[in-house]
Amino acid sequence: MILPVKIKVIVTLIAIGFLAYVSRLILKRRLKEEYAIIWFVSTFILALLSFRSDLLDTVAVLLGVAFAPNLLFAGIIFVGMVYLLHLSVKLSKQQEQTKNLTQEIALLKQAILENKVNSLGPDKIEE
Amino acid sequence: MKIAVVIPAFNEEENIASVVNGLNSMAVANKLDVTPVVVNDCSLDNTAAIIANLNCVALNLPVNLGIGGAVQTGIKYAYRNGFDVAFQLDGDGQHPASEIPKLVQAHIANNWDVVIGSRFLTNEGFQSSFARRTGIKYFKHLIRFMCGVRVTDATSGYRLLNRKAMAIVNDYYPHDYPEPEAVVMYVRNNCTVGEVPVVMLERQGGVSSIGTTTSIFYMVKVTLAVVFAYFVSVRKR
Repeated sequence: MILPVKIKVIVTLIAIGFLAYVSRLILKRRLKEEYAIIWFVSTFILALLSFRSDLLDTVAVLLGVAFAPNLLFAGIIFVGMVYLLHLSVKLSKQQEQTKNLTQEIALLKQAILENKVNSLGPDKIEE
Repeated sequence: MKIAVVIPAFNEEENIASVVNGLNSMAVANKLDVTPVVVNDCSLDNTAAIIANLNCVALNLPVNLGIGGAVQTGIKYAYRNGFDVAFQLDGDGQHPASEIPKLVQAHIANNWDVVIGSRFLTNEGFQSSFARRTGIKYFKHLIRFMCGVRVTDATSGYRLLNRKAMAIVNDYYPHDYPEPEAVVMYVRNNCTVGEVPVVMLERQGGVSSIGTTTSIFYMVKVTLAVVFAYFVSVRKR
């Protein structure tokens, strides 16, 4: 199952366009490099598989998957789920950090009102 | 004994003044050293302006955190400013100030680290709806199963914490619907938890945060939280 030339050109253009957009996001500092890695890698793999779909067929045969594209979809869904979980963890951490900062602001505003700001360390307990 | 009473308030302009004034007059009548600590959870109404003119500590959160984050802010304040005990109280007028001396006495007499005001020890006062009482009974059995402690009103937000319990809350407090999970957290951190009968009132105004559609989510979330709180056990610090 080798793809015709037309679709190869389209896939290449989409992959290049996507990589260019991700790079642009990084350059404009709207995306951190650590988050971009997964997009670079997955774009590369998908582009590679479009050119060499026989690779996918080989792996499918090795794993005993009857219909090769199913392996691709299962792989993509699995990676996507893991990445979503990773993002949920990041989000929970950020929520906790935001909450702590919010609380510190409220406590500091009160400390300023009470003129205690000099004696108040980050976790100082006045006994 | 320095007592802080933490009152989380979100859009409570109608009730907050009477709650704070009621606390202050109760303190005078019972010769207690009480400091009301109102945590304004980024209210959209006039709560901030009202509490600024009341005889209380006003903590204004710049971002809305929800009940758990608001309560934790007040407890952090009490803990860091050397209060001996901290109360948490709902800002909607359901928890009468007059019951505070009873919880303080129980704390002193039994040396409990956490004292919970329960509606269901003597079944007096506002008893909530049938569905809610069923849910609360379920939590009673769940908590007894998980940690072997009898808590008849695990959803009660009327609580006294000593400095040991405050230190735990200073480190971590659940985000939303925190009460039942917090009970397990206290027990797992070797706090003694006791209950005292209190009379609660029907809410004076405002709307409960738990409607019929959210109640199923509430039960599932809190069950998970209680089970997980058990396995987290003692938090490192």
